[in-house]
Amino acid sequence: MFVTPQSMHFADALPLQSGKAIRGYDLAFETYGTLNADRSNAVLVCHALNASHHVAGEYEGQPKSEGWWDNMIGPGKPVDTNRFFVIGVNNLGSCFGSTGPMHVNPGTGDIYGADFPVVTVEDWVNAQARLLDRLGIQTLAAVLGGSLGGMQALSWTLQYPDRVRHAVVVASAPNLNAENIAFNEVARRAIVTDPDFHGGHFYRHGVVPKRGLRIARMIGHITYLSDDVMNAKFGRQLREGLELKYSTQDVEFQIESYLRYQGDKFSDYFDANTYLLITRALDYFDPARAHAGDLSQALAKAQANFLLVSFSTDWRFSPRRSREIVKALLDNRRDVSYAEIDAPHGHDAFLLDDARYTNLVRSYFESKVARFD
Amino acid sequence: MADPQTMASIANLVPQGARVLDLGCGNGAMLAHLQATRGCTGYGIEIADANVLACVKRGVNVIQLNLEEGLAMFDDSSFDVVLQIDTLQHLRNAETMLVETARVGRIGIVAFPNFGHWPNRLAVLGGRMPVTKRLPYQWYDTPNIRVGTFHDFEALAQKNRLRILDAYGLQDGHDIRLWPNARAGTAVFKFERG
Repeated sequence: MFVTPQSMHFADALPLQSGKAIRGYDLAFETYGTLNADRSNAVLVCHALNASHHVAGEYEGQPKSEGWWDNMIGPGKPVDTNRFFVIGVNNLGSCFGSTGPMHVNPGTGDIYGADFPVVTVEDWVNAQARLLDRLGIQTLAAVLGGSLGGMQALSWTLQYPDRVRHAVVVASAPNLNAENIAFNEVARRAIVTDPDFHGGHFYRHGVVPKRGLRIARMIGHITYLSDDVMNAKFGRQLREGLELKYSTQDVEFQIESYLRYQGDKFSDYFDANTYLLITRALDYFDPARAHAGDLSQALAKAQANFLLVSFSTDWRFSPRRSREIVKALLDNRRDVSYAEIDAPHGHDAFLLDDARYTNLVRSYFESKVARFD
Repeated sequence: MADPQTMASIANLVPQGARVLDLGCGNGAMLAHLQATRGCTGYGIEIADANVLACVKRGVNVIQLNLEEGLAMFDDSSFDVVLQIDTLQHLRNAETMLVETARVGRIGIVAFPNFGHWPNRLAVLGGRMPVTKRLPYQWYDTPNIRVGTFHDFEALAQKNRLRILDAYGLQDGHDIRLWPNARAGTAVFKFERG
């Protein structure tokens, strides 16, 4: 399936949760499948930290350009684009096509850099809703996302309860716990203290704070895997030969080499300000906050039916956190199904192929979402 | 337990429109039956991946949980009916779960294989553990780790101050109300907190 990215310009200011606003912005998006006559088969896919609107399919003439959830979404796949009209959208502040910190602030004529306003999950959902308005879609058959994308899916059901029939929330949480915020903060400090960061205005200096980005990615990557999978994949294998080098700075173990490689790759394409913005959006998400921490009360607004999925070895967004959402939905008598997949791959499992997981999503879409009545 | 007469018999104990929690709901057939015939709503609890998938395929709400971890997710009296159909005998914490059933549900309904059924007694009298249609396992591979009789359950209910609202046996799809402890392969109890 070849796909083409699109872009939509929004001249009107979008009021943000912080009290600020952003105007004259663009959203990059892609669509797959065909919107049906009564516009009832639209499915919105929300992305996590380092993904984009390129959810499925590939770009013509670019081998290996499959979307980040291509195993889940496409013709004949669990979310079947022969049946559903699927929309992927890049969030504001990201670095894959939608307006972000590397773009020009129409208010000043300068590149935003560190002045890009702080955006929240709620702001993203509002921006996504405006995109749907422009596409002529009033109601979503489903909103679907993993991790931070799952937070957006959950937030959709609270911000626009009458516009969502089903929410599929995978490997997500009702908010970040202290440990999670701590990991984000280490990553942010790595970036901010890189001498090439220049207070977020590194574009002016023609440099990129790659050292910080690399370390941020290394930290992140560790938390997306499980102890078991890391041991199975790398164990204590040495990078070269069988002899120890007795060096403190050379790469000695395979895992070090792997993390450095991942860090290098990431620092070549990801924007440092975007990393700060998106991790902050994660930190801030907490729908229960306005209800004195009572998640059940916070979710009372939701009208959608829910499918939640978690993975047993995911310690970044553990099953316990998904169960909190399930409990709050039970308290509100919502229709909810919840599966806890016993998979070894940690948080990353939500992007991988596991028949138990993909069959479940497929069955949910077939038995529940595809009922358009 | 999935035979239609047994399901119908147990469904008769469930009030119309009840909010139901089905502990160990299997493939969701019972809940689907209750939704279709008695306008019930609710959720199944299952541990097995294949059963969770089967429930989703049927469009029955299912929550994947290990019952050995208890029912902390559920508040007191948050369901009209809590079912344990062929579940109790698999649980290490059977007594705790019985009490939990009565806590979470206004009514609890339990069905389990009655070890006091006469063919079982005969087998034991002959010196061997019973292997029957209802208890098809060998002693060394049975998942039924709690083997009890109709009368045993009455005693356990009394110990935990449960008030029995109805109790009978099921055999070959028929309700057995006369001498169920000897005449029925399955024991059925409907109860509430005393």
